[in-house]
Amino acid sequence: MNNSFDYIIETNDITKKYGDFTAVNSVNLKVPRNSVYGVLGPNGAGKTTLISMLCTILRPTSGGATVNGYDVVKNAREVRASIGIVFQSRALDDILTGREHLEMHASLYAVPSNVRQKRIDEVLDLIALGEKADEYTKTYSGGMKRRLEIGRGLVHHPKVLFLDEPTLGLDPQTRENIWEYITKLNQEEDITVLMTTHYMEEADQLCDEVAIINQGQIIKSDSPINLKRELKADTITVKVDKPELFTEKVKTLDYVQKVFEDDSTIKLMVERGENLVPPLVNFANQNGVMVESIELQHPNLEDVFISYTGTKITGGR
Amino acid sequence: MAELEGIYTIWLREMKRFVRYRSRILTSVVTPLLWLVIFGTGLGSAIRFGNVAGGYQAFIYPGIIGQTILFTAIFSGVSVIIDRQYGFLKEILVAPITRPSIVFGKAIGIGTAAVIQGVILLVLSFVVGVQMTPLIFIACTLLMIPISVGLAGVGLLIASFTDSMEGFNLIMSFVVLPMFLLSGALFPVSGLPMFLQAAVYLDPLTYGVDALRQIILGTGVIPLQISITVIMVFAAVMVFLSALMFTKKEQELM
Repeated sequence: MNNSFDYIIETNDITKKYGDFTAVNSVNLKVPRNSVYGVLGPNGAGKTTLISMLCTILRPTSGGATVNGYDVVKNAREVRASIGIVFQSRALDDILTGREHLEMHASLYAVPSNVRQKRIDEVLDLIALGEKADEYTKTYSGGMKRRLEIGRGLVHHPKVLFLDEPTLGLDPQTRENIWEYITKLNQEEDITVLMTTHYMEEADQLCDEVAIINQGQIIKSDSPINLKRELKADTITVKVDKPELFTEKVKTLDYVQKVFEDDSTIKLMVERGENLVPPLVNFANQNGVMVESIELQHPNLEDVFISYTGTKITGGR
Repeated sequence: MAELEGIYTIWLREMKRFVRYRSRILTSVVTPLLWLVIFGTGLGSAIRFGNVAGGYQAFIYPGIIGQTILFTAIFSGVSVIIDRQYGFLKEILVAPITRPSIVFGKAIGIGTAAVIQGVILLVLSFVVGVQMTPLIFIACTLLMIPISVGLAGVGLLIASFTDSMEGFNLIMSFVVLPMFLLSGALFPVSGLPMFLQAAVYLDPLTYGVDALRQIILGTGVIPLQISITVIMVFAAVMVFLSALMFTKKEQELM
């Protein structure tokens, strides 16, 4: 198979600098066609900058990228015609109705007039605005606005849909609806979804492949399952009465691979943690440390992130 | 073809916004009427104004039409800044249409809104006792098109340089009010001190107001064909410049 056809997005050392600050640093990304691809990282990691360059909103300082086979700088117009974008911040006109937003979008993207009405009806069906479709968007709830924005990004049948933090600021119920919706979309349409997120569960649940980004650099990319498997580690979270002492002592144990302190709790990375809970408690007692609670967890993406960067993803600004 | 449709789409949005903000239409008619009825009558009775039939009130009528167009066109152009703050400009700028088409669509849309307001004032000519014939009506409407589009271009040009509405007062003090006051909307521009005279002739709106005045009242100081030429050139240059700026500053606007 032809390589350029396997990957709908490819970046080549793409870099964005603002003065001395490097927001995105030589990123190489390969996004397989028809996948849901996640760019995962804390706030300020460079996710939005990266996605903006792929959407032609920002010009790279150096390096480049192709989207659907088109160069994001030289063929910006062709790239724009191939993609749909849902921005992190709202991009609606509050005095237009939902339907009018879709109509406007369809004509800006030159959707053929004979299929236009059908497409708009399909999208309205999909995003389930009901009667609200003909009301001004200023009367919409946060979830409806987001659904409208996602739907709008689909009217022209893009090859790639970019979602920048699609569920940011939404309540859990709405968030799950959006997740369901994205999964359904990817299954039913010939479309690749590239999303950024700082919600671990979101990436875990939705994405076929995830790139972990921190301080402008891709640290690791693979499927969520492989990332977790590769970690070969369970996490034991312990609460003790003398955390400093315990941390110091526990580091000397050879079955403890890594130790992280997080406020009053201590996280230990171990292999096959289920066998290690009793010896750990005994070990603490021998050293005069009282274990208040102990918990075993199999790895999640948050742990993957911690193991590669040494910091937590949420709040790790 | 796609470009024409893009221009039409942007024009259409501008029209929908114009029609839906009813309070804005109301103010845009009431404000000029206040000027005509109160200011016109007030100052008109205090001074002897012999050179125009119908007196001072009739004299400022074309000027107030010019003022209405000026305020509407420039502020609608500047409203692109609000579109930008609400993120809606991004949605338009990432669409696969050229930047000049976006600017043309905006300028024509804003121009249409300003012309509609001018036409409403033409219909209200009886308030100041000016006689309106179909010919004058049509000639004025046609003339208002390049004036409106040119001023919309000024607004768009300002918007491409400004990133927040905090600059709004600056625009008011340094662009809109000087353009209005220097245009000869409120006083005859002949016989002014030299420095003022020069400023008056640098103001593009002077030519618009003078041309309207000649068509409506039959008096003016600049030959009509010169005024019309200046207005057309002004409109073309302003739209061209804002199209250029939107193309050049595309990245900063998104």
